Amino acid sequence: MLLLIAGTMAVLLVRNLFVATMLLGIVSFTMALIFISLDAVDVAFTEAAVGAGISTVLYIGTLALVGSQEKDQPKFAAGPMVICIAVGAVLYYATYEMPPFGHADNPVQTHVGPRYIQDSPTEIGVPNMVTSVLASYRGYDTFGEVTVIFAAGIGVLLILRQRRRRKNEDDETDVPLDKGKTGRSGSLSGLGSEHDLIPHVIAKLLIPFIFVFALYVQFHGDFGPGGGFQAGVIFAAGIILYALVFSLDLARSVINEKVILFLISAGVLLYGGVGVASMLLGGNFLDYNVLSSDPVAGQHLGILLVELGVGITVTAAMLAIFYAFVGRADLIAAKAEQEKN
Amino acid sequence: MSIGFFNYWVFIILLMIGLYTVMSRSNLIKKMIGLSLFQISVFLFYISMGKVSGGTAPIVVENITDGVAPVYSNPLPHVLILTAIVVGIATTALGLSLVVRIRESFGTIDEDEILEMKDGA
Repeated sequence: MLLLIAGTMAVLLVRNLFVATMLLGIVSFTMALIFISLDAVDVAFTEAAVGAGISTVLYIGTLALVGSQEKDQPKFAAGPMVICIAVGAVLYYATYEMPPFGHADNPVQTHVGPRYIQDSPTEIGVPNMVTSVLASYRGYDTFGEVTVIFAAGIGVLLILRQRRRRKNEDDETDVPLDKGKTGRSGSLSGLGSEHDLIPHVIAKLLIPFIFVFALYVQFHGDFGPGGGFQAGVIFAAGIILYALVFSLDLARSVINEKVILFLISAGVLLYGGVGVASMLLGGNFLDYNVLSSDPVAGQHLGILLVELGVGITVTAAMLAIFYAFVGRADLIAAKAEQEKN
Repeated sequence: MSIGFFNYWVFIILLMIGLYTVMSRSNLIKKMIGLSLFQISVFLFYISMGKVSGGTAPIVVENITDGVAPVYSNPLPHVLILTAIVVGIATTALGLSLVVRIRESFGTIDEDEILEMKDGA
């Protein structure tokens, strides 16, 4: 906890944006550990994969485009400081009205929570309550959230992909990629070239396991921590690692942008399609009971399909965002180089 | 970790650091980072509320050895925050892509410099 506060203070004070990004990753990871100690294993999983993994890659991708030094001297801003202290003091005062931490009779625990905990094992038949609440009881919300991710992916593509990419610029493509990799692990410079044996070999060894792990997380999410969101992010991370180590063009030849665009919409359509299918079978929207003759089996099938849809959309959206950033980089790589030096 | 309101106080401190970063720094990337901190602190708040002392992760335990029914923490905040994290990264990516475009149009990602440019023009 105190580590967390120290980390965030450092993020605030440090001048180099690159260092700040790394520190943000550390803060996210510490937060994931705290989530585990607070029993939120699914959330910890997501935070570690998203906060410490993908978001760091995205920030570094941006920094490669915009330069990493904060120009302005961080002056002491009195106005914001006064506001922050005042708001903080009010909130601090308000904590004394909060119900005691960890008490089983707190208002939070007495509304719908017990219903989920008691009935979901028999109604849904899925041991992981987080999965059953996510995909079944609150399936409508999750559908909305998948749509938000879909919209964000499309939005990034629209913002960053206005100009057409020129062809035959393999050399330039590698420049921003090197930076991204250097930032992630410090000493590994000059990646993306054919001469770096160690990262190539290690990545080749690791990537299949990353994919297998992603599939495990995807399909075992009913029973243990995991599910479509985490699996999608891990899968995307595998492909991003491939793109970072063996140039973007190779990654594009595995999954190109058209396939990604297709997959983003396919995931949302699969999710919506399950909902419509349950309507056609006489139930409510996203009411999985009617999908099979046995309600519990129907719930299983519905959750599996819906999580698959989530996984596909998240993977594709993350990859679309990554490709958009890196694709942008080779457009302005030369310009960014000049600014940095 | 379960000493009174300690988690809530940490949440407040993190929230205020995030807010201060957003308000006081003129660099747009730093602002995005501040927003992320703000977001993370809210996650901590939700998850802290869902915790039940002596509870375990909300995954059904089949074989109970000591004969005591397990206490589960509240799964609902977990679900909300899980989706919020992924949606958060998607919106962060959108913000960062806007920063990239701003940099291309104005040549800087410093808010003050952009405003000066606007006044000068």
